[in-house]
Amino acid sequence: MTILFGILQILTVALVIALIYRPLGDYMAHIFTTKKDLGVERGFYRIIGVDSSSGQAWRSYLRSVLVFSLVGVLLVYAIQRAQAVLPYSLGFPAIPEGLSFNTAISFVSNTNWQSYSPDVTMGYAVQILGLVVQNFVSAAVGIAVAVALIRGLALRSSGTIGNFWVDLTRATLRLLLPLAAASALILIIGGVIQNFAGFTTVTTLTGGSATIPGGPAASQEAIKLLGTNGGGFFNANSAHPFENPTAWTSLFQIVLMLAIPFSLPRTFGQMVGDKRQGNAIVAVMATIFTVSLAAMTWFETTTGGAATRLAGSAMEGKEDRFGIWGSTLFGSTSTLTSTGAVNAMHDSFTSLGGMMAMLNMMLGEIAPGGVGSGLYGLLVLAIVTVFIAGLLVGRTPEYLGKKIGPREIKLASIYILITPTLVLVGTALSFAIPAVREDVFGTSIWNPGLHGFSEVLYAFTSAANNNGSAFAGLTANTPWFNTALGIAMLFGRFLPIVFVLALAGSFAAQDRVPATAGTLPTHRPQFVGLLLGVSIIVTALTYFPVLALGPLAEGLH
Amino acid sequence: MSALTTTDAPEHNPEPTPPTSESASASASANGKGAFTAAQLVAALPGAMRKLDPRQMWRNPVMFIVEIGAAYTTVLAIAEPFLGGAADSGGSSVPGSFTWGIALWLWLTVIFANLAEAVAEGRGKAQAESLRATRTSTTAARVTSYDAQGDPAATNAATAPVSSADLTLGDIVVAVAGDLIPGDGDIIWGIASVDESAITGESAPVIRESGGDRSAVTGGTRVLSDRIVIRITSKPGETFVDRMITLVEGASRQKTPNEIALNILLASLSIIFVVVALTLNPIAGYSDAAVSVPVLIALLVCLIPTTIGALLSAIGIAGMDRLVQRNVLAMSGRAVEAAGDVTTLLLDKTGTITYGNRRAAEFTALRGISLHTLIQAAAVSSLSDPTPEGKSIVDLAKEQGFTDSAAPTGEIVPFTAQTRMSGLDLADGSQIRKGAGSAVIAWIEQEQALGQGHPLPSSELDELEANIERISNAGGTPLVVATKAADGTGQILGVVYLKDIVKEGLRERFAELRSMGIRTVMITGDNPLTAKAIAAEAGVDDYLAEATPEDKLALIRKEQDGGNLVAMTGDGTNDAPALAQADVGVAMNTGTSAAKEAGNMVDLDSDPTKLIDIVRIGKQLLITRGALTTFSIANDVAKYFAIIPAMFAGVFPGLAMLNIMQLHSPASAILSAIIFNAIIIVVLIPLALRGVSYRALSASKILSRNILVYGLGGIVAPFIGIKLIDLVVSVIPGF
Repeated sequence: MTILFGILQILTVALVIALIYRPLGDYMAHIFTTKKDLGVERGFYRIIGVDSSSGQAWRSYLRSVLVFSLVGVLLVYAIQRAQAVLPYSLGFPAIPEGLSFNTAISFVSNTNWQSYSPDVTMGYAVQILGLVVQNFVSAAVGIAVAVALIRGLALRSSGTIGNFWVDLTRATLRLLLPLAAASALILIIGGVIQNFAGFTTVTTLTGGSATIPGGPAASQEAIKLLGTNGGGFFNANSAHPFENPTAWTSLFQIVLMLAIPFSLPRTFGQMVGDKRQGNAIVAVMATIFTVSLAAMTWFETTTGGAATRLAGSAMEGKEDRFGIWGSTLFGSTSTLTSTGAVNAMHDSFTSLGGMMAMLNMMLGEIAPGGVGSGLYGLLVLAIVTVFIAGLLVGRTPEYLGKKIGPREIKLASIYILITPTLVLVGTALSFAIPAVREDVFGTSIWNPGLHGFSEVLYAFTSAANNNGSAFAGLTANTPWFNTALGIAMLFGRFLPIVFVLALAGSFAAQDRVPATAGTLPTHRPQFVGLLLGVSIIVTALTYFPVLALGPLAEGLH
Repeated sequence: MSALTTTDAPEHNPEPTPPTSESASASASANGKGAFTAAQLVAALPGAMRKLDPRQMWRNPVMFIVEIGAAYTTVLAIAEPFLGGAADSGGSSVPGSFTWGIALWLWLTVIFANLAEAVAEGRGKAQAESLRATRTSTTAARVTSYDAQGDPAATNAATAPVSSADLTLGDIVVAVAGDLIPGDGDIIWGIASVDESAITGESAPVIRESGGDRSAVTGGTRVLSDRIVIRITSKPGETFVDRMITLVEGASRQKTPNEIALNILLASLSIIFVVVALTLNPIAGYSDAAVSVPVLIALLVCLIPTTIGALLSAIGIAGMDRLVQRNVLAMSGRAVEAAGDVTTLLLDKTGTITYGNRRAAEFTALRGISLHTLIQAAAVSSLSDPTPEGKSIVDLAKEQGFTDSAAPTGEIVPFTAQTRMSGLDLADGSQIRKGAGSAVIAWIEQEQALGQGHPLPSSELDELEANIERISNAGGTPLVVATKAADGTGQILGVVYLKDIVKEGLRERFAELRSMGIRTVMITGDNPLTAKAIAAEAGVDDYLAEATPEDKLALIRKEQDGGNLVAMTGDGTNDAPALAQADVGVAMNTGTSAAKEAGNMVDLDSDPTKLIDIVRIGKQLLITRGALTTFSIANDVAKYFAIIPAMFAGVFPGLAMLNIMQLHSPASAILSAIIFNAIIIVVLIPLALRGVSYRALSASKILSRNILVYGLGGIVAPFIGIKLIDLVVSVIPGF
């Protein structure tokens, strides 16, 4: 019965995403290609002094992304530090420097790693002015960068790759805001709270007293998922009944996480003028998603012996209203996108189930990945795949008619280098520097043994990949983790963007080589298979040794 | 290739040097089978050892990492006895000989890689040696003061003996029968037969003469008859032979763009795994599972793409070499790579698609003209025409009763690409022309414009057009014959039907090319109708009729603007701009030095059909590179499954579940993976040198096949190989 219900949930999500794929993908293609500005947009462009019809060269586009994000970091930092004097702060004091630094980067980089417990740290002013705003614009930045790369592949001999300010505005105004508003409404109907009530103290039936938090949760919830952000209004995130009351709101939240990332390949296909290319990309995403979900569910449902299963051992850290299947579907979705929201504690998953969550992120979050970042991550892997496979057909490699020469492969290679380096070096330093090691063992790790190591590995994997979920047993609000994870999030977000935009510029400048019978077809199942193989061998295998030292060693005994 | 010899003996050697083509093809077939002998390996060994020099190794980052690892492991192996024996690794003890074993096989890995390169270079070296022999310094007779107007033959000019090495650009030298030509140059006076076997391997002498497209001579070739005056066109040390030597030796071999790109990818994969290796011990230290340094180095070497890293440069050298075997010299590796990318082939009709000699098949006189008059005019104007077409006209005319005894003589008007006519100006002032219809009509009508003669009656024109069309439609070449009297009155006599004979088997080859995604365009000076008929008969995709060199250049530009890569052949000076513009320009060795300068390949056999082979070789080179890269990366899966459980099995016995190959012990597993890693290089050297087999199929089919063989094969092969090696290693005491 549970299995049947579980499968039904999965099929429901699959069906809804399949139905959304075309209209949403086509709509996004429309808003990023149309020449018309809305009235409100024209006003905005006038204020910031942008000519919406003029494109930017890739360096200029990149500069805009970086300046915009830097301003975002400074603002979020300032708002947090000023919390004591802001209205609607529920009496909370200013947030400490280290945590403010970490949180500012976390939300601007679309990671939403939370070293803090929001319930007892953040007032409504910080949540709305700082965090919700970044939930929107950091997602819009990701989409803009992906669209810039698509344009690079679609344009011929062009010096520009679009206008960042236009892409940012349109992604926010025409895509995220309306969808988030509608979703928030649905969530409110589903029972998610939306008020400014602060804390209500009630007397319970037994005569004790309880403090019940309130807050504008639904409005934050919608964009948290839609923009693959993941930062919860409450510490328990989507496991909290005020954020995610029922099994069907949970399913709805899963759909929200997947909607844009799974539809962007359609946008890609539309914009490059060959929808089959988008279908091939989405096929890779769907395949990895299915296999990973199946594996995690398998590990979670078959843990231990029959007796432990009957006793419900796998339900530790999971909510009864979601069950195992509802939890693995949410957990897989959250880690395969760059959301990081949770409706169950990943730390309590089985060793191998938890490893799947890590592996999902280690793949580079490409199936379907974060809004925008998933698509550009997979396209970079497609470039590497084409490079190897293109040689196999006896041509120097080209993707969508664009040659992949030394410059392009250099950019793609460095892109691929960044995240594993951040994860491995960050984890290694946590144990290699004696003082840090002492602090990590003394303060942060509450679960000694292999699982404690897995928690640290998970933290760096999540930060460098901008996921934001955690093995929550780790105390990360320490100087070392706030700083190291902050740097991992910053570099993990913006270094790849540098190389993606450089690639976009490099492709845009090229003319297009016409396809012939001798060209490697990149829309057929064989290419889908190849891209899968390269994704797994080039990215995931890098982590095999560390996984063997953590979850694998833990799980295989 | 010992036949490539020319001594500097002064006397003329009447015996033609043994043809190199035979020895070249013999070695080609040996190489073609990929059977490189043990002798070749032994011969290459010293070179391989010399390449261990770190200053050379660092150019290949992947193998440089292996060399550093080998050196470090060796130091450890030496130091170990003084430090209390081999350190435990990952909770497992390792035998004392383990570190030595790893060190030995790491050195072998590097040496095998160098060996691959040395063997590939060895072939070129042999050829370079024989070419050097032709460069032997000779004494040239340099004209001290040359008077181009008064004494073009330099018969009275003073000459001074000068060493050929001292000749420089613009020097004028005289060469007589028996002399070695002292340097590259153009004949400015005279005609001679020249033995070019030293360069081309072709023993039959060729005619070189001043003016036109056959004026170029190459240093090191021998004048067999007559006397010629040559202007030197190359600086010392930069002659054609010099360039050939550096090319076949690989001395000036520069990495091609794709090779550079692949190197970057391999380097970044290596960097990732260096990071993996460097961060492993701090992380493993958490569980007291830190591994010993030799094990760490073994892990690193197994993961970085050593197979392709070792063979990459050998693949490139062998690719160039395969061209040399077919007597094609590529001036850069870039050109070979571009050949694989070619999407449009421009093929000259004559000599490539049809046999060079069109034969006259029929005379058709216009109404009112006697057949005899036509035959007479056609034959007379062809008597001194040396082309096969001209000869065939005379032959046909003789069959129909023409005798050349009473034929008048006059001044020959040679054919040019601009006039597209040839003919004879007779002593009485009348002229005979034969050529393309439009050209001949224009020739007659140009007089009308001057008010002389009479306009061609339209009935005459119609009849002519009908005949031209009939012949053209049949794929023949109509040759219009006309006369012009001394007063300028022109008259068209009739048409000669020249029959083109399309080479056999071309239709299939063009179909093959089409399936490879390559479009063929036939270039011809014929009129559109003729071109169309022959194009249809030969099965080319498109044709360019009545093409002038300018048209050809324009066509290349147009194709390139559409993103196509164009390959063509050419030999004349007027082909030079097009050759330079084309992505792959193959100059015929018989061509002018301008053409050879402009092209990026030279075909020593001057066989335009070879263009198709060149494309295949280019593709094969790229496929070989891709195949070994795929194989190399796919290998990592199995190596992980060999090494990871072995590394930590002591601390985490549960990881033994990952030991799916059931390898004997941690030490034997790691050593077996390293041995496999080294041996696979040697096993694949023949493949790297020979190139993977290439069949003309669509990209999709080729991809499926290659993924199956090299991708899936790359995953499966090491599982089997490592298991087998482990069975042997496990017998060694201690393992």
